[in-house]
Amino acid sequence: MEKPEKLIVDGKRLDGRAPDELRPLKIEVGILERANGSAYVELGANKVLAAVYGPREMHPRHHQQPDTAVLRCRYNMAPFSVEERKRPGPDRRSVEISKVTREALEQVVFLKLYPRSVIDVFIEVLQADAGTRTAGITAAAVALADAGVPMRDIVSSIAVGKVDGTIVLDLTNDEDQWGTTDMPIAMVPRKKLITLLQMDGHFTGEEFKQALDLAFKGCEQIYDAQRQALREKYAIKRGNKK
Amino acid sequence: MNMYGIVSSVKRDYIADLARQGKRVDTRMLDQFREVSVESGPIKSAQGSARVKIGKTQVLAGVKLEHAEPFSDRPDNGVLIVNAELLPLASPTFEPGRPDENAIELARVVDRGIRESEAIDLEKLVIKSGEDVWAVFIDIYALDHDGNLIDASALAAIAALLNVKLPEDEAWTLPEFPLQKKPVAVTVAKINGKLMVDPRLDEESVMDARITMTTIEDGSICAMQKGGIGYFSREELEQAYELARAKAAELRAKLG
Repeated sequence: MEKPEKLIVDGKRLDGRAPDELRPLKIEVGILERANGSAYVELGANKVLAAVYGPREMHPRHHQQPDTAVLRCRYNMAPFSVEERKRPGPDRRSVEISKVTREALEQVVFLKLYPRSVIDVFIEVLQADAGTRTAGITAAAVALADAGVPMRDIVSSIAVGKVDGTIVLDLTNDEDQWGTTDMPIAMVPRKKLITLLQMDGHFTGEEFKQALDLAFKGCEQIYDAQRQALREKYAIKRGNKK
Repeated sequence: MNMYGIVSSVKRDYIADLARQGKRVDTRMLDQFREVSVESGPIKSAQGSARVKIGKTQVLAGVKLEHAEPFSDRPDNGVLIVNAELLPLASPTFEPGRPDENAIELARVVDRGIRESEAIDLEKLVIKSGEDVWAVFIDIYALDHDGNLIDASALAAIAALLNVKLPEDEAWTLPEFPLQKKPVAVTVAKINGKLMVDPRLDEESVMDARITMTTIEDGSICAMQKGGIGYFSREELEQAYELARAKAAELRAKLG
């Protein structure tokens, strides 16, 4: 796609959204049979799966911690998830995203309850349209809850950015590519604590504050959707084996 | 896995307790860097190089310019590649082998600061559109890890770029290296609820979280990265930004 002349026309974005509007969001809980917990998130054209295994025995053994469980995260993109085939396996980007994802989630998980164990979080991006790391965290947090892992709260995540000089919520790939700024963020919504923050592009100090405001609003909506998804699963199928 | 090593609980409590009182182990103020020095051009075999010391932390950065094919989606842009090596000689916790997640994060944080600020005008580095461009390789070599490798590495990278001597190659037609901005990274650590700049290694080993903000001359932000398993409140982020902006100006002055 060529760079469009304008990404925002009459206050509407290319896909018709207002600047502070999320893409359509769908969250499903417990869709994988073998995992201890799982979740599937669609955010616009993003399709992301997350699975949680554990707490289980840590292998290799020398990675065991005597006083706590270890949280391991793997963010991975399917080769067919992007326009040009992505070579399978970890690259520098996915190694970094795996690291910041773990750091975004670790805050809320009561790891001390499971010494010598590991909790594995696997995030697979099946289809990508910008915001996959945040959709991955949103899915992983729900999967952790589905697995029954004790947590202080559910982590919610979304990206904000700047496009044509306007602060916008939840960028699409076109907006990410042709816009000025992308700022993924994750937070513990009840206490409004930020556990992931990255940014590239350009913000003045004032724009940064505006972007934070919008990110808080966006995460609240994500948080509501996460809780609603969990409620639906456990309200309707109560008593059933998952 | 942990790049900061093990710290005793006595020291952890000591540092945390000092932080609560607004003090630090080496008597610095919370907003005070250790002594910073920038040495330009120590390596003659590189097109540009710099050695940065922040306290006892030492980082060497070297720049190489080479012909390359442009990325297919950016036929009219030169190529920028930042790589970081956490050398085994720099710390007992660094091991030989492929870059681990810490080295990769370090390289990518430095990369984003330079790339997103458009510090290098990559469009000027095209020799033949879609076929031949200049690739700017920035290799960061951590020599001694006593904390705050990110700020030292980012400063070394921009200092090395400022030091670039033009290649003796007939394809090079620019009068000077197209460096147009000086992004500077400042990392703010949070210990026991207090924010401080330039954490020493022992402070890093007990910090709850860190936030790196890379700013350019006008004080605007071009890159950010939070690290560590702790969190920041909104107020803390705004406070960190004010610190980063003020300290970046001080560090930039060291570039001459």
